[in-house]
Amino acid sequence: MKPTAFDYARPETLEEAVQALGSHPDAKVLAGGQSLVPLMSMRLAAPALIVDINHLPGLDHVTADASGVRIGALARHADVLASADVRRVQPLVSLALANVAHPTIRNRGTTVGSIVHADAAAEMPMVLQLLGGSVDVVGSGGRRTITADELYVAPLESSLAHDEVAVEAFFPALPAGSGVAFEEISRRHGDYAMCGVAAVVAVEDGRVTSARAGYLSVSDVPTVVDLTDALGGSVDEAALARAAEAALAQLEPETDIHATAAYRAHLAKVLTARVLTAAHDHAREE
Amino acid sequence: MAENTAAGTAERTHDVRLEVNGVTHEVTVPARRLLSDALRHECGLTGTHVGCEHGVCGACTVLVDGRPVRSCLMFAVTAQGSEITTVEGLAEPDGSLNPVQQAFRECHGLQCGFCTPGFLTTVTAGIKENPCPTHEEAREMVAGNLCRCTGYQNIVKAVERAAEIARGDTPSAPAPDGDDGGLEAATGETEVARDDDASTTGLGA
Repeated sequence: MKPTAFDYARPETLEEAVQALGSHPDAKVLAGGQSLVPLMSMRLAAPALIVDINHLPGLDHVTADASGVRIGALARHADVLASADVRRVQPLVSLALANVAHPTIRNRGTTVGSIVHADAAAEMPMVLQLLGGSVDVVGSGGRRTITADELYVAPLESSLAHDEVAVEAFFPALPAGSGVAFEEISRRHGDYAMCGVAAVVAVEDGRVTSARAGYLSVSDVPTVVDLTDALGGSVDEAALARAAEAALAQLEPETDIHATAAYRAHLAKVLTARVLTAAHDHAREE
Repeated sequence: MAENTAAGTAERTHDVRLEVNGVTHEVTVPARRLLSDALRHECGLTGTHVGCEHGVCGACTVLVDGRPVRSCLMFAVTAQGSEITTVEGLAEPDGSLNPVQQAFRECHGLQCGFCTPGFLTTVTAGIKENPCPTHEEAREMVAGNLCRCTGYQNIVKAVERAAEIARGDTPSAPAPDGDDGGLEAATGETEVARDDDASTTGLGA
């Protein structure tokens, strides 16, 4: 349970960090380390060079305005969760963060790090995708924005280039008349979920005009499903049952040591109905 | 933070300055040295216990700039510049137990004591952030720490009692006669724990 030996770089500037990443084909960024360090200790990961970005200036911001929420690469989950502005502008970010591991892990782990770690069992990649957010990255080619749609290419694999550092995540604000909800079920408090579902529901003149749901821990990449047609404008029992079936048709639940595929499918259906109902209620309060 | 290559080995080491419990420790470690191991082996502070080594059990929890953090999920090299508090640094300046240590002793919030340092650091920060935890919040505060002895009931009682003592709400109950009440585990100081030996991790590693 000890990591293999690695070279260590502690850049003082973003340019130095990019340069260090480019200097070795097997370099890896260390931010909070709450996913990376256990993987290294279990020797599931053995990077040759660790580029520790914890001492870069100006990356720990958490800001919110009318357009949405911006989170710097060194903002810890706990800082984002504590922000009343974030909760007001995009409540789904706060709802999901409360389910990320335990408070002690959230004190060190970073939201941007979790997003680019691209674990389908994690909350924030799915939420970024459901909300249509993006990540800004800086590499030798300069700064660019990667939308959530283009970010997740395979299990635990993002579309960042080898020498790029994610510097900021953006979550769009919740529009007026829309509501959100998040629910997950895990074996123990703070564990990875066996299934988690979030929903964004838009209501106009009492009718549902848009309903989307995001799924974590069900398939091997975070998955978003549009359920607007399945609901057919309302959120009654029959509509919810149709939506749950429609969602399942687009998911491929997998079996692992924690849950069978059949149980995951059951959880996905039950949680779909719950979060659609809760997001619909939330939309009508807004 | 200087870099060196130890003679006869290929692995580079780094000179790191760790501020632990108000004392500066100059240590020389490879980059892969976990903070938990550096505290135990380089600083000789064996009150921080190493359980699962992948962030699940919470035994190695220390305060980094006042916040509870898993020391097994941090490299010592990255901790330079941070103020670290271990269980050895929790007691009051006069050496008496802090409210959390007192409460764990009063409420029998420990049995074997292995997990206790992680609970004490977590709860010390927890009641500072939330001085009046509800029963549910008290449970939530310790939900990231595993204990295999107590069944948690007395630990949750100790969290609530610790908050009371810290607020000065009620007088402290007298310490039980002739019983050290887990004092050793609560302060991180035992004869064995002072012995800087890998075998005291309980993992032999």
